[in-house]
Amino acid sequence: MDDSGRFVAHHVASLPKSGIRDFFAIVSKMKDAVSLGIGEPDFVTPFHIREAAMAALEKGRTSYTDNRGTLQLREEISRYVAQNYGPEYNPEDEILVTVGVSEGLDALLRATLNPGDKVLYHEPCYVSYAPSVKLCHAIPVPVRTTSQDQFALDPAALRAAWQPGCKVLVLNFPTNPTGGTADRKKLEEIAKFAIEKDLLVASDEIYSELTFEGNHVSIASLPGMRERTVFLHGFSKAFAMTGFRIGYACGPAAVIDGMLKVHQYGIMCASIISQEAAVEALRNGRDSMLHMRDKYRERRDFIVRRFNELGLKCHLPRGAFYAFPDITSTGLDSLTFASKLLEAQKVAMVPGTAFGEAGAGFCRASFSTSYERIHEACERISRFLDSLPQRK
Amino acid sequence: MNPVLKLLLEGEPLDTAQIGKILNMGQAAVESQLAELRQQGILLGWRAVLNPSFEAERRVRAVIEIKIRTEGTGGFDVIAERISQFEQVESCYLMSGGYDLLVVVTADNLYKVAGFVHERLARIEGVQGTSTHFFLRAYKKDGFVITDEASRRDRPSVSP
Repeated sequence: MDDSGRFVAHHVASLPKSGIRDFFAIVSKMKDAVSLGIGEPDFVTPFHIREAAMAALEKGRTSYTDNRGTLQLREEISRYVAQNYGPEYNPEDEILVTVGVSEGLDALLRATLNPGDKVLYHEPCYVSYAPSVKLCHAIPVPVRTTSQDQFALDPAALRAAWQPGCKVLVLNFPTNPTGGTADRKKLEEIAKFAIEKDLLVASDEIYSELTFEGNHVSIASLPGMRERTVFLHGFSKAFAMTGFRIGYACGPAAVIDGMLKVHQYGIMCASIISQEAAVEALRNGRDSMLHMRDKYRERRDFIVRRFNELGLKCHLPRGAFYAFPDITSTGLDSLTFASKLLEAQKVAMVPGTAFGEAGAGFCRASFSTSYERIHEACERISRFLDSLPQRK
Repeated sequence: MNPVLKLLLEGEPLDTAQIGKILNMGQAAVESQLAELRQQGILLGWRAVLNPSFEAERRVRAVIEIKIRTEGTGGFDVIAERISQFEQVESCYLMSGGYDLLVVVTADNLYKVAGFVHERLARIEGVQGTSTHFFLRAYKKDGFVITDEASRRDRPSVSP
């Protein structure tokens, strides 16, 4: 009998398992399932980027790099961020190359949180935020966002959720799983609040290139925010490079220095091969990125229309590649809906509650897949809905 | 671009009912647009794209470069149109460069290709010379990469 669980730390043992894993276990064994549960691009990394990685191997560029990442990549990041988001960061000491945004956020939280500190973040949100905070012996403070606001963070709700001890505010626009975005006016109010309460803002902008309506605005570009914001970004979504595990953090030097300590002792450096591929993506990847964005937008329009036709009320996500339909009209809760749908029609959607309490009543459907699969999934969902007795 | 045409060119196997749903226009409207595209001579027809290694067990394929003499023969168009009539000919193009026509042919075996070249092509008035190359192996066809079909099999079917 394995009783090694007694060695696991209390704060780790008490973390819930990701709700997504259970679904993955079932779907992966199921034949002819149609999955709308995939949280990554449907595209293979554009070939010119893969070729840059191959060239790195060919040239024998297989060493460690500077803990911060290669200077060449940091210079490209500095240029790309200034050009597309506004703020200018010094490649020498204000940019850290990380193993995806996940590591960037983890390093940021570990570098800044003392035990008992509180972290504000909007919910529904990416699955790692609350656990990452808890792993720092800190306290997550969720702020609910709603479908009425298209899941943009309401500054008034943020103010209401604030409590003494809050130190960090995590933002993620466009949002996984809701596709929520924040316009300049909302961000200005949030920024004002962050300054008033002296919050450090961690802005996860991994989906920013995949903004379909209006222009993406980074909170780091607003007056007074650069010095209290860490801009977290990466290559996974915009350039379909999930498996490269490569991202970066830009922020004021002292915070980046703190993150560097966590990163250098924990990770050493991001893979040099991925770093070389990332340079190519920033230099020449724009056309393929725009092409993929257009495809996502077309598929979004289709799936959202279909959900609404089927009677699953669904707002139009303004960014990312997830639809987040309201399934309460079925009389089922998120988990039951997703489980029964999977069982009855072999369609995988992720229950909204996997993304926090605020996701109750919703399910996430990724439209990063082919028209054929989306079409088939919607036909099956239609049959499933017809089979429900409690359907109004 | 016409959205129906754009969708067809993406290469997903969709029928007109599915296309209608995707484009929110109804099956009848899709069909009438397709009819119009055919009438305009834009859409020539449909062919399934088969894996060439499956085809290769049954058919051989070759490209033939053809040099043409135009004097007294009616010019390129007349000869090219005549060559295009043969059912063995899959496609036929007028080219710039070292030869004039590029013809792709398929046949049951090598000897039938050879027969086509010396019994048919070589006898056409104006054909000065031919150079035949057989296809050995395909790596990409009509936009489908053939070698890396298994490359994405590790992708989890549900991920955060």
